[in-house]
Amino acid sequence: MSGGEGVSGSGIGARVRRKEDRRHLHGRGRFVADMSMPGLREVAFLRAPVAHAKLRGVRKPEGAEGSVFLIEDLKGLAPIVAKSSLKGYKLSEFPALAHGKIRYVGEAIAACVAPTRAQAEDLAERVELDLEELPAIVDSLAARKPGSPLVHEEWGDNLFLETFVDGDIEKIAAEAAVKVEREYRTARQCMHPMEGKGLLAWWDDRTDQLVVHTSTQVPHVIRTGLSECLGLEQRRVRVAPPDVGGGFGYKCVLQPEELVVAWLAMTYRRPFRWVEDRREHLTAGANSREHHYKVTAYADARGRLLALDAEVTVDVGAYSVWPFTACLEAAQAGGNLPGPYAFDHYRCKTYSVATNKPPFTPYRGVARPGVCFAIELTIDAIARAVGREPAEVREENLVQGAAMPFTNVTGKHYDSGDYPESLRRAKRLIDLEGVRARQRQGEADGRLVGVGFSTFTEQSAHGTKVFAAWGIPMVPGFEQATVRLTPEGGVEVRAGIHTIGQGLETTLAQVASHQLSIPVEKIGVVLGDTAETPYSTGAYASRGMVMAGGAVSRAAEGLAGRIKAIAAHLLQCEPAAVELRDGRIHAGNASLDFADVGRAWYLRPEQLPDDVHSGGLEVTDGFKPKVDTGAFTYATHAAVVAVDPETGKVEILDYVIVEDCGTMVNPMIVEGQAFGGTAQGIGTALFEETPYDAGGQPLASTLADYLLPGPTELPNMRIEHMETPSPYTAHGIKGVGEGGAIAPPGAIVNAINDALQPLGVEMGEIPVSPRRLLGKLLAARAGGEAAA
Amino acid sequence: MKAVAFDYQRAEDVGQAIRLLGEAEGEGRLLAGGQSLGPMLNLRLVRPGLLIDIRRLEALRGVEEGAESLRYGAAVTHAELEDGRVPDAAGGLLRHVAGGIAYRAVRNRGTLGGSLAHADPAADWLSTLVALDARLHLQGPQGARSLPLAEAVLGAFATAIEEREVLTAVEVPKLGAAARWGFHKINRKTGEFADAIGVVVVDPERGVCRVVAGAVEGPPVLLGGLAETLAAEGAEAGLAAVEPAVAAALPQLDAVERHLHAVALRRAIAQVYAP
Repeated sequence: MSGGEGVSGSGIGARVRRKEDRRHLHGRGRFVADMSMPGLREVAFLRAPVAHAKLRGVRKPEGAEGSVFLIEDLKGLAPIVAKSSLKGYKLSEFPALAHGKIRYVGEAIAACVAPTRAQAEDLAERVELDLEELPAIVDSLAARKPGSPLVHEEWGDNLFLETFVDGDIEKIAAEAAVKVEREYRTARQCMHPMEGKGLLAWWDDRTDQLVVHTSTQVPHVIRTGLSECLGLEQRRVRVAPPDVGGGFGYKCVLQPEELVVAWLAMTYRRPFRWVEDRREHLTAGANSREHHYKVTAYADARGRLLALDAEVTVDVGAYSVWPFTACLEAAQAGGNLPGPYAFDHYRCKTYSVATNKPPFTPYRGVARPGVCFAIELTIDAIARAVGREPAEVREENLVQGAAMPFTNVTGKHYDSGDYPESLRRAKRLIDLEGVRARQRQGEADGRLVGVGFSTFTEQSAHGTKVFAAWGIPMVPGFEQATVRLTPEGGVEVRAGIHTIGQGLETTLAQVASHQLSIPVEKIGVVLGDTAETPYSTGAYASRGMVMAGGAVSRAAEGLAGRIKAIAAHLLQCEPAAVELRDGRIHAGNASLDFADVGRAWYLRPEQLPDDVHSGGLEVTDGFKPKVDTGAFTYATHAAVVAVDPETGKVEILDYVIVEDCGTMVNPMIVEGQAFGGTAQGIGTALFEETPYDAGGQPLASTLADYLLPGPTELPNMRIEHMETPSPYTAHGIKGVGEGGAIAPPGAIVNAINDALQPLGVEMGEIPVSPRRLLGKLLAARAGGEAAA
Repeated sequence: MKAVAFDYQRAEDVGQAIRLLGEAEGEGRLLAGGQSLGPMLNLRLVRPGLLIDIRRLEALRGVEEGAESLRYGAAVTHAELEDGRVPDAAGGLLRHVAGGIAYRAVRNRGTLGGSLAHADPAADWLSTLVALDARLHLQGPQGARSLPLAEAVLGAFATAIEEREVLTAVEVPKLGAAARWGFHKINRKTGEFADAIGVVVVDPERGVCRVVAGAVEGPPVLLGGLAETLAAEGAEAGLAAVEPAVAAALPQLDAVERHLHAVALRRAIAQVYAP
């Protein structure tokens, strides 16, 4: 491991232990389910038992009519409508409770209220439904065909959006030496933060505000969404998220349950809570990842990629989520499919298809785990077609270091780095030649060993320009933060982004520490609460460190100037002669404690200069990168696997990561992000899947059916860092939150296909379950026997 | 999800547990380790009026050694077997199987009797103890009785244990000194239920050879023909006979499932005859 060694203090680059871990490790975190309040009522939702039906009527339980709420009871509550300016995009109205029609199993129909959750569930069981079942639309390719049943009849088809990037590929296609055609599928997945969704809402008569303690990544954005749907002015909505046990994207959208619970609290002026259980989570929420690809690649005889022709279909489920819409996934897929490769001809059609499944929510990596899987398998397929080592063909196709900054075929502006170097280092680290030698020897236990690589770029912290082009309800601008010096020389940092487990309480303190030289132990960080923090669009898109880190950097820099001005007066020197160093304020041989300056402003103002800045020792400032189309993180992952051709089981023998996220604020946290993301990517590659039957019933409704990788399924990952600062961001920081989840399916399935090459079998669908693998192996064996 | 409301009573002895089952008139449910019953309660798949806790009954906790067999109290935990805190009738097989059940937290609470009474086809004990020809000892209002496990299991989650009976003990024949066993479980990941289990027990002194394909949709399947081939002709002939035996015994399974069962059996046989 590298990075962080030799960095003194607790500023940028130091491996500081996470401040937030003390409370979590001692069980003193406070999550929605931990909260209590006098008179609290619990909410349970009656959910749709079928995927597609007309809802002809609902009968409330006799004697409990006042405790059960249907859509017609929620007076004044508007549905969730996520608009987009993309041409041809169709709107869906996502009602807080089903309205006339049911569009997926698990859609909330009635909200049942009782003193305990069990009693609320008892009530839900007594609600009677009158349903007229309709044929369910389960497969996104079938849903595209004319004559398919319709999720939203008024549309006339099932397409939220079609996009088409036309590229001149015909001439290349006619002349290319090599043509590789493939079809890929990625399963519908359910992301799994340790804590599911949940919220507690109450009315504060003192401030005349609806207070919403919701488990969210984006509190200020949820405030806007709640305000719009409830018809309540924003100043009367306070979103105050407690501890949030992970989000991964699921908690950056406005949920119908959030609207119902907030409406109840606003209407009845008492506290209500809903805590999502794992079954609701698995069947009704947190859906993601389901893509289908048709890819045709054209290359020269050496495997140099010349043109790519692709069709991407995303199964986005029944409704568009707010604010990210149903189009973000396919738009990102079409835009990012070329990946880190330099080629000039690209044609891509994307379809965002409505089906009778829960709405598709953005998940760590948004579209890129799918596109990375598709392009990385295609690169290896090209290498096999030309009979060369895939790592070499990959290296030659990557954007070369000398070409940086580089604008690729879809107009993505890659700001900095050396992609081939990350691949070369991964090759050395995984010992490619050693693996090839081992393969020639064979394994005593009959397993087949293979090695695979996957290189990706990740557009992190993309801002105004990118989101404005999508025209979705939330466009990030300047991110803001407040930094204040306290009388005793401590620091308070306030930012509207929220902490969801990614370590921001530590890393934002490190940025402030870097600017002020005050150690992180003396820096408190307050996040998320809309009543206490400046506006932020929140934690998503690997933007936290770039954006909030940049804002804290700016505000702390401003505060440093204010501190220097007062210190200069106290020390009788020029402000330019004052320096903040080692936790003290220096001017020549004289020095002051930060407490001296703090005391002067708050307690002894008679000591201040006449021209002191009236803003005092508190600075709010904003930040946005000079070029805000994204700071591009990149990495190469490499895996060695052993495939058991008898059981279809895959063991990961070795796994390496060589990543470059620019300047690392805390290398330990960077590594944690890379390892955690990779664990999720391994789940995507080998385990995780929510299958549906032909009627639209989800078949994985507990964690016995939905397999998450556990400690014994995860390899001991090894990581190396490269550190190329972004030219456009504060301190050269790039985002790192999502990257780990992007590469593993490409690296692992390339390794599996490398292992299976002697058997003439290639996998193109994930997860590579034993059933899928054995299905192909048995078919190949039968085919081989038939041929013989 | 949360369980529906139910009453709870800790039984003082087996007799009281039987009486309480009677008084509950079909609404009673015995609670031992609760590792399957707990989740089923929360998912509202079971809705008992009364939970009768038998986990701490001394009569269900011990092990009695007889001349030919060991009698395990039904509330002996997987962890007690895994840790060797109770003797192993089967020359290490019980200890081996116990250590591979679910996760340690489950093994700490889960019981031998609870697992058999629950009769999940994919559970490890069901296949293993059918292969060992274990007997169940039951106590009910009319007194005690016993029957072979292979006969007691009627189907997936269905047994011959009567509504008012308590499974008190599991009797496992002792294997001879020269006995060999093989156990192979195929599952997706550590702790998950099995997709296929192969168990082979060869005990020449007692003249026993039993082969079981487990984690099928119903009760574990005893493959008598395969066992005879194995006993009479040895490993090589046995291995060759696996695929046809599986095809004949499990025609309802698809090709991939049959393949996995064949692999589990071949690996179990190979383990028996490993040098």
